[in-house]
Amino acid sequence: MFRYVLRKSVNIVLSLFVLATATFFLMKAIPGDPFMQEKNVPAAVRENLIRYYGFDKPLWHQYLIYLKNLLQLDLGMSMRQQYQSVVDIISRSFKYSMQLGLVAIVVSVVVGIAVGLIAALYNRKLIDRLIMLFATIGIAVPNFVLATLAQYYFANKLRWFHVAGLHGPMDYVLPTLALSVLPIAFIARLTRSTMIEVLSADYIRTAKAKGLGSLTILIRHALRNGLLPVVSYVGPMTANIITGSVVVESIFGIAGLGKFFTDSVSNRDYTLIMGITLFYAAILMFSRFITDIAYALIDPRIKISKKGG
Amino acid sequence: MKAKLTLLLVLVVATVAILSGCGNNNSGGNTGGNTAGENAGEASNGGGADQVFRMNLSSEPPTLDPALMQDQVSSTVMSGLFEGLTRMENGEAVNAMAEDIQVSEDGLKYTFKIRPDAKWSNGDAVTAHDFEYSWKRTLDPNLNPPAPYAYQLYYIKNAEEYNTGKGATVDQVGVKAIDDSTLEVELKNPTPYFKSLLSFYTYYPVNKAVVSANPAWAAEAATYVSNGPFKLESWSHSDSIDLVPFENYYGKADIKLSKVHFVMISDANTESNMYDTEELDWSGKPTGSIPVEQLAMLIQDKNPELVSQPQASTYYYNFNNTKKPFNNVKVRKALAMAIDRKAIVEKVTKGNEIPAYGFVPPGIHGVNGDFRDEVTTEYFKEDPAEAKKLLAEGLAEEGMTAMPEFELSYNEGGLHKPVAEAIADMWNKNLGITVKTQTVEWKVFLQNRTSLAYDVARAGWGADYNDPMTYIDMWITGGGNNDTGFSNAEYDKLVKDAYATSDQQARVDAMAKAEQILIGDNMAIMPIFYSSVNTLVKPYVKNVTIDYKGDIDYTRAYIEK
Repeated sequence: MFRYVLRKSVNIVLSLFVLATATFFLMKAIPGDPFMQEKNVPAAVRENLIRYYGFDKPLWHQYLIYLKNLLQLDLGMSMRQQYQSVVDIISRSFKYSMQLGLVAIVVSVVVGIAVGLIAALYNRKLIDRLIMLFATIGIAVPNFVLATLAQYYFANKLRWFHVAGLHGPMDYVLPTLALSVLPIAFIARLTRSTMIEVLSADYIRTAKAKGLGSLTILIRHALRNGLLPVVSYVGPMTANIITGSVVVESIFGIAGLGKFFTDSVSNRDYTLIMGITLFYAAILMFSRFITDIAYALIDPRIKISKKGG
Repeated sequence: MKAKLTLLLVLVVATVAILSGCGNNNSGGNTGGNTAGENAGEASNGGGADQVFRMNLSSEPPTLDPALMQDQVSSTVMSGLFEGLTRMENGEAVNAMAEDIQVSEDGLKYTFKIRPDAKWSNGDAVTAHDFEYSWKRTLDPNLNPPAPYAYQLYYIKNAEEYNTGKGATVDQVGVKAIDDSTLEVELKNPTPYFKSLLSFYTYYPVNKAVVSANPAWAAEAATYVSNGPFKLESWSHSDSIDLVPFENYYGKADIKLSKVHFVMISDANTESNMYDTEELDWSGKPTGSIPVEQLAMLIQDKNPELVSQPQASTYYYNFNNTKKPFNNVKVRKALAMAIDRKAIVEKVTKGNEIPAYGFVPPGIHGVNGDFRDEVTTEYFKEDPAEAKKLLAEGLAEEGMTAMPEFELSYNEGGLHKPVAEAIADMWNKNLGITVKTQTVEWKVFLQNRTSLAYDVARAGWGADYNDPMTYIDMWITGGGNNDTGFSNAEYDKLVKDAYATSDQQARVDAMAKAEQILIGDNMAIMPIFYSSVNTLVKPYVKNVTIDYKGDIDYTRAYIEK
């Protein structure tokens, strides 16, 4: 187990290094720079800026400087938000994205599994068909449509909620709805299909034959196996949701991380592009790592220590 | 099995703890983040008769430091926080931090007396030294980081030479504090609009003691020091900004608002919903936006809350004057004459824009009144038949038999795409030519435009100050914003002549002649329309004004319900 963790950690660090290198050179290869505006600054002023940010040095030199700072965990200052460090920008926006994201994840997992389970238990009955119909709609409707409609109807027309912002508990309702409909639909479908399979497996019949209560069978035997695919879906989903959705955050005016994924690139805010890419990658890898371990703990067929990776 | 489950539980709890740890640590250190909750609470139930004015900035201001500013979001906030030697009132520059301004006969030397009751928000007195320090700081080529808008100070003697490292030292720059209350400024050229320039944000003072001690003074509300009618109460980054009246402002009797609340909502529909639900009192320009479909409907329905006024800003297309066949004036004229500008503003943009046949927009001062009223705009007429003839002649002169297919490029967003498609369609119909319209990512677009890697490209220009020169001197040979390759010796000379004199009639005559050369003789660029400012304002909001270039002034506003 310990060796496995160590090895995974080394992998993560190496991947981050490769990613940092690739992103750095790709980003510098895009035309344009942070100082370009509709109104051009005079050439001499531009030179002052280029010198200040070290863009006059050869690219490999800039890269080495970046790496050196990165090793000291210094992600630099934003080139657009004056006197704001990349670490500050990421951490304060991540706070919003994560708070909202965690709520959405809990809602998705609880509702998704419950609904999927009900559908599986009533397999091919009316309730199952209805649930699957809604799940299909939930997967098909893009979240910006849902977010826009919910905002217009519940916040503008009915005035049940604030239109935007994330300042009180009620403000979480609409964005959570927009964020979790797709995962709920997805988890429900996953749960349903594996549960149908599991419920007809031999060991469940054995358990029934032994005279165990149906609730015990469901929870202790069926669900344990039925949830494996859900666990592998929830890992990456978590990384995605807690790092913020561009669409949902922009519609609900949430000061989260989402918008920086696009804004940093369109502003050519180089330090922020690097910071946000590495941060996202780290979260993604970390959540996969956790998923792997969780998987092993739930599934008796997987033994990490013996498999060795 | 039990042990495994326990381990799993521990794992989940640990993950959550680590993740939330990231967040909490920071909210502890960052006061801006903590105020967010309280502000929203106040804002949402503050919709009563409280003197609170709420508007949308759309995004986080990149900076609130006068030296580093270059955008309208920052300037919208800063116009409440800071005040220069003058400020604009009904289009006229009136004394602000200066209580008296003396100008020498030749218009080159200004002497300012700073008002004795001018205070900084930390209690210090505003002195002439603060102005000298602030302007020289902005001009410092080694400022951290260097000021992108430093060139707004180039009217001052030796300012450009110091900023660009060409010969002048900081002591030679023409600004000097004689004592605490006297500031002397020497100009490079007589500049009749210098008094109104002084109200511009690059000319704001900063508190010498505060700024020299802490370069990051403008990054957080806690360390922020300003001298305007309002002070920065809180800045919750990427979320909201609150201004409250400054108790020691010399003109505090005129300040009625108890709070200005800015939000940063990037989505136009969300802004519109917030305006509907009275979470905002103002929607649309300068820093917000009204959804395009909605604006057309508001204008059609003559909605009483919609305020529409012209903006001194021109929307035009650049021709690449260096590339065949756009190097030929007849080809350029043909393209400019073959479109129907009235149809574009009425059927495509639909926001009360005005068709443009010149480059200087309405709202810019001439000699006695508006430059656009005093100077004819009959540089050319729309005439598809004549255009077709000119195109054939022009192509023949270039040794071509047919117009090659070319690209019309524009950046994403706004109405650029529908306008481009309408124009391409008109060209196709009236001239029988094929045009490829192309959306280009913003910075790539700018790079292409600057390096003349385009055929025809969208462009827009808004005034920096109220004088035709802000539109004229950009087209001199090699000018930093001359992205067309246009070069004309006579034009360059006219600009020089206008710089050299303070006689307004002579200046306007020279600039009118220059415009005739730019548009009438050469059609270096193709004017399309003059922009407009459309805003939605709640009826209870009084005395918020929009000036000629579309900037908002909320400092003297009040709420009347």
